Order: sequence, then C-alpha cells, then structure tokens
Amino acid sequence: MFARALPDRSVLLALGALAAAAVLYLGIGARGDLGFILMFRGSKLLALITVAVAVAVSTVVFQTISNNRILTPSIMGFDALYLLIQTVLVFTLTGVGFAYLDPYSKFALETGLMLAASLLLFGTLLRNSRDLSRMILTGIIFGTLFRSMTSLLNRMIDPSEFSVIQSASFARFNSVNADLTWLAAGITLLVSGWLIRRHRTLDVIALGRETAINLGVNHDREARHLLTLVALLVSVSTALVGPVVFFGLLAAALTYQVAGTWRHVVLLPLSGLIAATILVGAQTLFERVLGFQASVSVVIEALGGLAFLYLILRKASR
Amino acid sequence: MIGIRDLDVSLTGSPVLHDITTTLPAGRLTALVGPNGAGKSTLLATLGRLVAPTRGEVELDGRPLLDYPDRELAQRLSVLRQDAPIGPRLTVEDLVSFGRYPHSRGRLTDLDHARVRHAIDRLDLRAFAGRYLDSLSGGQRQRALIAMVLAQDTDVILLDEPLNNLDLAHARRVMQIAREEADAGRTVVVVLHDLTVAAAYADHVVALKEGRLYAEGPSDEIMTPAVLSSLYDTPVSVATVENRRVVLTV
Repeated sequence: MFARALPDRSVLLALGALAAAAVLYLGIGARGDLGFILMFRGSKLLALITVAVAVAVSTVVFQTISNNRILTPSIMGFDALYLLIQTVLVFTLTGVGFAYLDPYSKFALETGLMLAASLLLFGTLLRNSRDLSRMILTGIIFGTLFRSMTSLLNRMIDPSEFSVIQSASFARFNSVNADLTWLAAGITLLVSGWLIRRHRTLDVIALGRETAINLGVNHDREARHLLTLVALLVSVSTALVGPVVFFGLLAAALTYQVAGTWRHVVLLPLSGLIAATILVGAQTLFERVLGFQASVSVVIEALGGLAFLYLILRKASR
Repeated sequence: MIGIRDLDVSLTGSPVLHDITTTLPAGRLTALVGPNGAGKSTLLATLGRLVAPTRGEVELDGRPLLDYPDRELAQRLSVLRQDAPIGPRLTVEDLVSFGRYPHSRGRLTDLDHARVRHAIDRLDLRAFAGRYLDSLSGGQRQRALIAMVLAQDTDVILLDEPLNNLDLAHARRVMQIAREEADAGRTVVVVLHDLTVAAAYADHVVALKEGRLYAEGPSDEIMTPAVLSSLYDTPVSVATVENRRVVLTV
C-alpha cells in the first residue's frame, strides 16, 4: 500500500497540462521584444502558480485535519481574517505609516498576526470537528463577523487610507502584488515540500483523531503544526491576489476525483498542479483570447460555488 | 499490567467516572461490564489515552501512559473505539496495513505484509481484502477494524464493544481471537454487553455502575446472580447449560 507511488500517472498528466497552459499564457499574442515580454509575463505566471499551489495545498491539508471534504480555509473565514488584520493595521498605524512600510515588513507583520489569530480561533474549533454542520455554521459566522468588522473599520477610516485597503479586498488575478512574488513563491515551495515529505503522517491523520492517536501520531500537536502552515499559505495567497472563497474547494474536489486515492504523496502535488492549470488556463483564455480583464476571479468563484453546492446537496441526499 | 489510580474523567465538562482505582491483570482477558451509561467506553478510551483524565493516572507496567513516547506506546497498546469513523476511500487491506504504522512508519517490509495478511485471514476477510470499506456491511467493516488492531501486534489490546454488528459466527470468532491473544500472554480488555459471552471468555471482570467501580475480581466471583442483579437493578439468574454459564433475566 505504501509503495513508491511517484511519479503517478495522473501527476505526470497534470504536469503536462500545466506546461501546456503556461506555454500558451507566455506565447499567445507575444509581439515586440520577446525577452521583455517573457520576463514580464513570466513573473505574473510565477505569481499565478504560487497562488494556485498555496490555495490548493492548504485546502487539501485543512480538509485532512478537519476530516471532511466540504470545508476549506476560506469557507471557514481564514481569508476574511487576513483582511481584517490588514485593515486593523492600517487603522492603528494610520494609512501613511502603513504605506511607508516596505512590503516585506508589512507582509511579515500581517502574516505573524495571522498565524497567532488563526491558531487561537481555529485550533480550539477543530478539536470538536466531528459535527460538520456546526463547523460550517461557525465558519460562516466567523467569515461574516470578520467581514463586518472590516467594513465597520473601513467606514471609520480616513478616505485616503480607505483606498489603501480597498485595493486589497478583492481577488485580482491580473494585477498581482509583484514585490512579494518571489518571497511568496519561496514560502509556498518550502511549505509544500515539507508537507509532501510528511505525506505518510498526513495519511494517518486523515483516518481521524482517535485512529491517528492509536497509531502513535500526536494528533493535537500535528494538527497545530499543520494549521500554522495552512494559515501561512492562506496569508501568502491573500497577500498576492486577495481573497478567493471557492477556488480551493474546486481544486480539491477535482483532485479527489482525478486521483482516486487517499495517498497524500499523490493528492498534494496533484492538487497544486490542477489548481495551477485551472488558474493559468482561465487567465490565458480570458486575458489573451477573449480580451476580458477582470472576469477570471468571477468565473472561477462561480464554478467553485457550484461545486460547493453540489457537494452539500450530494451529502444531504445520502 | 494496567494500573488505574484515583481516576476521575469528565467529558465536555460533565463528570463521567469517579475515583476509580483498580488493576487489570497482565496476560488475561478482562471484561468491562455494567449498565448503559456506566462509563465503560469512557474508561476504555482513557486506558487508550484517547481521553485525558481530569484527575488520577493510568499506568502501563508501572509507568504512566503520559511518560511513553507516542510511537512506543502505539507499539505496546492498541485501542479500538465503538463506531470509529473511517475517513477517505480505503480498501480493507489499506486499513489493516495502517496497523503496521507504529512499527514501520508507512514503509512496509515483508514482515509487515505477512502480519497484515495474517490478520486479514484471522478475521476471515481475505475475500474482501481489495474491497472499499464504504462498500462493506457494518459487520465486515467492524472486522476490518479489528484486523487493523491485530496487525498492530501490541501487548495490550483494548476493544470497545467489538461484537457490534457481528453475526453469531463472527462474534464467536472475534471472542476466540481475543481468548487466543490473552492465552499468548497479551493483556486484553473488552467492553461487553452480552454477559453470557463475558462469562464464557473472560478471566477477570470489572463492573462499573454510575461512573464508579462496582465490583471487580475473577469471572467466577462476579458472574453470580447476586452481584449481577444488584449491578443492573434487575433480577438476573445464572444457569449452567452444557457446562457453561448462561446469564438470563428472570
């Protein structure tokens, strides 16, 4: 059962699909100085892939810890929490001071707060994760609470400071935060690599808390570590493009369908590749072929939302 | 030997077990009996470190459970809960192979594979080895979980109502296996509802009532009409049929 599954056929196929999407993204409509275009588009491509991998891997890991395939970090309000932290920082440090911070310290500050807050809020919640409907409800309440607090602060804030926040609170795949791309890509690569190395432990955690403890895995400690990494990945993707609610769910649901296995050695890389293919492919189609600018996130979210409804309804009908 | 000292356990804030002190003998089959809600499953879960006590301690061979490293404990003690949830789509063989995780950390050797096959055969599951768990009946799934615990190959085996969902042939098979394990020197603790089964297979009986230790001792001393009647607050008689004790309600 634990035989070396890599390279799995589905992983290789997904890698091929991503390569094709990336070539199209870089190549279509490239006129003029090829070197410049490739560099410009290349860094955007890197950002897209980073976001996709961060969202997909964090979703799969979160679903493994919480032992369900419907909840995702963003449905539980992780992104909303990150935005709230961002707003609180602008509010307390005032727009000018915050704007003058260099992007790295800003990111470090936001992410540090995010890790602490998510461990505090979701760590205790996950311990009673048996009751799925309660988890969904709690997530929706958390998300709404964070969003309302964010918009309350937005109203109290100075208009010029508001513009600093506003640009951060929508998903925007075509204007990524370029400063952070390399840092984000590095973090995502390291975290995903570490998670893939621990694929066997993740397999055991997926069996549920009690079975995992029986098999000698310190479930509470592992869950805490994994939750920290999930929060880190969510911070990375939210800092780059803003909140995406249903994309992770879409990618994870497709991954489970395609992979047909419970082995994380396949699930983790495959989810990242599938998500990246969707995102790069959609971006190519909308930006290069159809010439739209802002509709990618809308379409992906709509598809993900449909997937969420489908999963909920299928669960209800069983 | 499992030592239990001054044990208090609460579940979600409400006290379930009070002041339990007893010893479960090594190399014996111990039955945990008592009325519904007496705390049998909670005691078993506490022995298997799935539930943390609010007071007191559980010791395995004189050393507190908390002092054992996670992996070492999993190599020495296995626990099967009632209706353990099974997450993703696993086959029977996948699940049983997880029983080897404490030993091989997921990299199965030939010895591990042999142990897995042996456990599958003992539970009469060879024909189902490649089937997905969610396509099996409750009884077959229960047997697969028991096979996983056997594959874990531990000195102490804790089973919470292992006969749930089992037909009489497989219930008999599971109790025979529990007996064989005890005869091979392992400490087996089983939560049982069927007192006739307990009387037939157990060496030692621990009876709980309303979260307290009610009676304990060799099976012969506990499985008497007097003790059982007051334990369950119901008239109980013990008959002998074909040299075996049969517990009947009057």
